[in-house]
Amino acid sequence: MKVSLFITCLSDAIYPKVGEAMVRLLAAHGIQLDFPPVQTCCGQPSYNSGYWDETRTAARTILKAFQSSDFVVSPSGSCTYMIHHYPELFKDEPEYLALAHELESKTYEFTQFLVKVLGITDIGAAFPYKVTYHPSCHGSRLLGIKDEPIALLNHVQGLELVPLPFAEDCCGFGGTFAVKMADISGAMVTEKVDHIKETEAQVLVGLDMACLMNIAGNLRHRGEQVRVMHLAELLYEGVNIR
Amino acid sequence: MNPASSTHGTVKERADIALNDDFLRNAVRFTTDRLRSGKKVASTEHGNWEEWRERGRQIRLHTIAHLDYYLNLFVENARSNGVHVHFADNAVEATDIVMTIARQKEAQSVIKSKSMVSEEVHINQALELSGIEAIESDLGEYIIQLAGEGPSHIVIPAIHKNRYQIAELLSEDAGETLEPDTTILAGYVRRKLRQKFLEADIGMTGCNFAIAETGSMVLFENEGNARMVTTVPKTQITLMGMERIVPSWADLEVMATLLPRSATGQRLTMYMSGITGPKRTVDADGPEEMHIIIVDNGRSQQLGDPEFQELLNCIRCGACLNVCPVYRQIGGHSYGGTYSGPIGAVLTPALNKNVAEWDDIAGASSLCGACYEACPVKIPLHDMLVSLRRRKVERGHGDKLEALGMKGFATLMANSKRFALAMRLGKIAQKPFVHNSGIHLKLGPLKGWNTYRVAPTLASHSFRDQWKELSAETAAQPKTIDPAVRQRMEQVLADRQHSKSTSRTGGESHE
Repeated sequence: MKVSLFITCLSDAIYPKVGEAMVRLLAAHGIQLDFPPVQTCCGQPSYNSGYWDETRTAARTILKAFQSSDFVVSPSGSCTYMIHHYPELFKDEPEYLALAHELESKTYEFTQFLVKVLGITDIGAAFPYKVTYHPSCHGSRLLGIKDEPIALLNHVQGLELVPLPFAEDCCGFGGTFAVKMADISGAMVTEKVDHIKETEAQVLVGLDMACLMNIAGNLRHRGEQVRVMHLAELLYEGVNIR
Repeated sequence: MNPASSTHGTVKERADIALNDDFLRNAVRFTTDRLRSGKKVASTEHGNWEEWRERGRQIRLHTIAHLDYYLNLFVENARSNGVHVHFADNAVEATDIVMTIARQKEAQSVIKSKSMVSEEVHINQALELSGIEAIESDLGEYIIQLAGEGPSHIVIPAIHKNRYQIAELLSEDAGETLEPDTTILAGYVRRKLRQKFLEADIGMTGCNFAIAETGSMVLFENEGNARMVTTVPKTQITLMGMERIVPSWADLEVMATLLPRSATGQRLTMYMSGITGPKRTVDADGPEEMHIIIVDNGRSQQLGDPEFQELLNCIRCGACLNVCPVYRQIGGHSYGGTYSGPIGAVLTPALNKNVAEWDDIAGASSLCGACYEACPVKIPLHDMLVSLRRRKVERGHGDKLEALGMKGFATLMANSKRFALAMRLGKIAQKPFVHNSGIHLKLGPLKGWNTYRVAPTLASHSFRDQWKELSAETAAQPKTIDPAVRQRMEQVLADRQHSKSTSRTGGESHE
């Protein structure tokens, strides 16, 4: 069975450690990830801004990359959800439309894959810190990923999971929104970080590096010491701590 | 007029005013928090919320798909109940019809209950220009009328004001100082309005739902003012959006379950009035003459538009505003139109033929989908916002610089070798700006971002640059897969194969 990594352009360029954590965690469970190098970006930045021709150009690289995969796993709920728009985007290109339907049915966000497909909730990790979790909007609302990360976190030894007030509120990233409506986005991320501070957590964990980049950027801007991690990184570090 | 309620400028400029108004932001947060937690409790307590939501959606989809039939049925029944039914294509026609009735009745004064359609067609201004007094009798509407503003929320029009600001407005109205105590303030308005109810020649209402099978109109309210408006004055005029129809009273039961719970977290509003025609000889009270004006004003343009028809399913509960993280920061007036929040960001451009001047509101969303999740009839507002943005680009109204940027993005992402090269070049280019492994520069596109954040740097080695080594390392010591895990994976593959062979498209999602 071929399980392929859809790294996402953001993790490829800025957060390669998230990909490395996924590769090593899954390898420890006997799943050797494959990485088709022709993949670039899912096209979400241009899709959300209304530039669909440009989106198709990027999306074709993803469709080609994973043609022969049985499973595709990604560290982002948002980029995974973007795949669900492909059938609509390629409705007039039969060859790509077939690939789009197929890719939609076989692409999973990381925790979905671990919990729903593999049936793994205890990865054998220990992480003796106070942690709070921010559920990213697209993963939790549009893909319905709610229980999976909580199940994984609850099985980590020594980890104290503290609830984040207004957890379901968007962090204010929204792709180009953060640049175009910078002050509204800034107000949103400021409130998100206020809530994170209220929890007194040492670590903020999430499932989407774009949201975490936004939150981490504001934490750092304000001189806050909260560590920001993707759940894959936390689990991988936790396996080594143990 | 308050600058924040002005329709001038861009959404960004209007939002800037709101972002610097702590009174407004605190007031909006305070009330939306109360409303959204109320809704959460009420929908959980209901027990089968998701099923009822789906039922509500189906009723709305069906009604709008057959709107011509149900509108005809409603009009026939209303007329046989003795109601004068009028049609208005646009705001001007709607106000003209109202003015004609008002002149016939030689009306001096009109008392109104809360109606978003009347705000949409600006009826108060039209009446006042003709020297006819128009008084809002809903407490929130009365407050914003005194302030000379439009509503900043669909359900709570004065949500942006705190009680001190309200006390100031009402004190000025009263000519004496009123304490900022809600009982005192409401008591003053009640006394004042009592007189106005008795004096009014015409009572004007909106319409939450119109029941096709009996030609009735239904109002949900908490203050009892709508009941006064529909019983005391001799003439009643009801303004209704053409999409307010539900087929039957049985369908209304579903709406009566969804609307108050979604709007305020109430199981039912304090008053729910069903009105079927003017006063009959056997009735103790009610208007002697009743008019219903059915307003189009851009609504019919959405019919047959696959991306926007569902907009007509909206039941105006305001739940999408209460959960919206953008509305929370900027309030309702920033949206510039009568309707605010996510529904307003789509409805305003849609009703205005998507004209360019309104299109920028669609940009004021992070597309988080909270609106869709909260909507009692599941309108995919987040998708509609993207559709608006796409139509703007397709019609050539897009920002030139952004269009160029997107071309560059596509060129970069068309080919993985180009993308890999760009990452390597980027690492070199970023060097002069990196400080403590972050980028603090406040220039160009980084200006807005870095006003609130520190930008990350490109990794010293991209994932693809590390891949060869990483995969060789993990492959050198292969672990065996747990047979139970392997079996699960095989089962998923088999299920997928099965659904592919049973569905023609083969595109079933794994959700």
